[in-house]
Amino acid sequence: MSLTNEHIKNRLVEKFGEALTNFEESYGIMSFQAPKEINLKVMQFLYDEEDLAFRFMTDLCGVHYPDNAGAELGVVYHLHNLVQNVRLRFKVFTAVETPQVFTATKLFATANWQERETYDFFGIDFVGHPNLVRILNVDEMDYFPLRKEFPLEDQTRVDKDDEMFGRGGSVGI
Amino acid sequence: MSDHHIQLPEGSIEKQTTTLNLGPTHPATHGVFQNVLEMDGERIVSATPTVGYIHRAFEKIAERKPYYQITPLTDRLNYCSAPINNIGWHLTVEKLLGIKTPKRVDYLRVIIMELARITDHLICNSVIGVDSGAFTGFLYVMQYRELVYEIYEEICGSRLTTNIGRIGGFERNFTETAFRKINKFLDEYPAVLKEFENLFTRNRIFMERTQGVGAITAERALNYGFTGPNLRAAGVDYDVRVATPYSSYEDFEFSIPVGTTGDTYDRFLVRNAEMWQSLGIIRQAMDKLKDLPADVFHADVPAYYLPDKEDVYSKMEALIYHFKIVMGETDILPGEVYNAVEGANGELGFYLISDGGRSPYRLHFRRPCFIYYQAYPEMVKGAMLSDAIICMSSLNLIAGELDA
Repeated sequence: MSLTNEHIKNRLVEKFGEALTNFEESYGIMSFQAPKEINLKVMQFLYDEEDLAFRFMTDLCGVHYPDNAGAELGVVYHLHNLVQNVRLRFKVFTAVETPQVFTATKLFATANWQERETYDFFGIDFVGHPNLVRILNVDEMDYFPLRKEFPLEDQTRVDKDDEMFGRGGSVGI
Repeated sequence: MSDHHIQLPEGSIEKQTTTLNLGPTHPATHGVFQNVLEMDGERIVSATPTVGYIHRAFEKIAERKPYYQITPLTDRLNYCSAPINNIGWHLTVEKLLGIKTPKRVDYLRVIIMELARITDHLICNSVIGVDSGAFTGFLYVMQYRELVYEIYEEICGSRLTTNIGRIGGFERNFTETAFRKINKFLDEYPAVLKEFENLFTRNRIFMERTQGVGAITAERALNYGFTGPNLRAAGVDYDVRVATPYSSYEDFEFSIPVGTTGDTYDRFLVRNAEMWQSLGIIRQAMDKLKDLPADVFHADVPAYYLPDKEDVYSKMEALIYHFKIVMGETDILPGEVYNAVEGANGELGFYLISDGGRSPYRLHFRRPCFIYYQAYPEMVKGAMLSDAIICMSSLNLIAGELDA
């Protein structure tokens, strides 16, 4: 276990300087934030350098912070160095009006469907993706359901007569 | 070319490919999987998988439910080994809250998770048999899966979607009957597994049907994000249980079986070998349990673990905690945690963002088969249709997990 989070951080700061922010370590995984323009550069750097070698993409997902003006949508990458068994998380944020983020499919084939899923649920437009269409939802859908402005149905509503689900009708509450 | 042959005009049938719609409810796909295949004769030119037929928006639903109500959602991911998902979720929340579970809880969890792994591998391997024309093995081993389901039933009351355990441990202690049933399974199952292996492993027909079919190299598998038995069949010894041990897996002796070629036959062999390892782990856990106090089955975390009903009616603190837990008033720390367990078909990850509210701010499931199913078109390119069927069943795709 020679690869420490401290070392990764130093190498990243050495290469990208002030561009990377919000370094923190929670539950053993180091996390940082990168500008969306250099997400591929960061990933390529982490992939190529022999001492870092983050060559396995564990997970890619989106997250929505509606109050975070100008950076509402986030993409979270989980990378893994399988040899040294070190995990790493980094995020890029983008405004909801310009949800363009570069695709990671050239580097990791696994990003293909995961980016489609993120597009499907958050509307993040992965620039350069070979086939960015909806994957789990129907093609006709015209909104992005995991964004926070789509609340789940209020379970205490009474205007809906749906006896099978125990509300309204003759069942009573 | 002689004049005796009929001359076909340019662009006629011999140059055309056929489009074949396989699924979504074809019996050979074992789940809701659709593939639009472009066929040249019986060879596959390209495959286009469509997923999402049973998507139920678990990630969205989870943003509304209190933490303890998310466990039943995880049941419905990989329903062939639901306890692993349940316990994986509990471990994630425990990691966020910093709950340390007693050793006995860890070992009980290990027993349940390894039983679940055995059932899952059993289904997958016997279904490869079904798809290659050997139905007997499948019918034969089902009665031993039944034994495991009876163990689940004894512990938590349900069989398939188990909702087993609670945050902090189990809802009740294992009964004598449960241990007797586990011992019965440990006694009877090895002979069955041996016989199952005898049916398939050196069977000439089975070998011919599976060797070299749906192969993937280690490099491609890693690039595609493969984990679990499918990655190990390609020769990479990555197992979450060993790499980042959870639930006291570091206390157990077991090896990671690996294959070499990454084809269907190797995947079959790796799963079989893993079942033997799982049996060994369960035996070790049963031995270790003997030295531990027999009445511990949950961590002492009253703020998160529902108290006994008897105490709720007679003790003030228990009543308060009961109310707070049920109403979702307990404090949850804000934070971000990624926790992975070795699911039966790969690394099952939970990425949880908590903002301190009663429900997760964001919960993302890293579902192994969603991630590796995208390699399917590459794996079956150029293969025969019947090989594509076997390749699909050997990947251990579970529609519930894939579509979440």
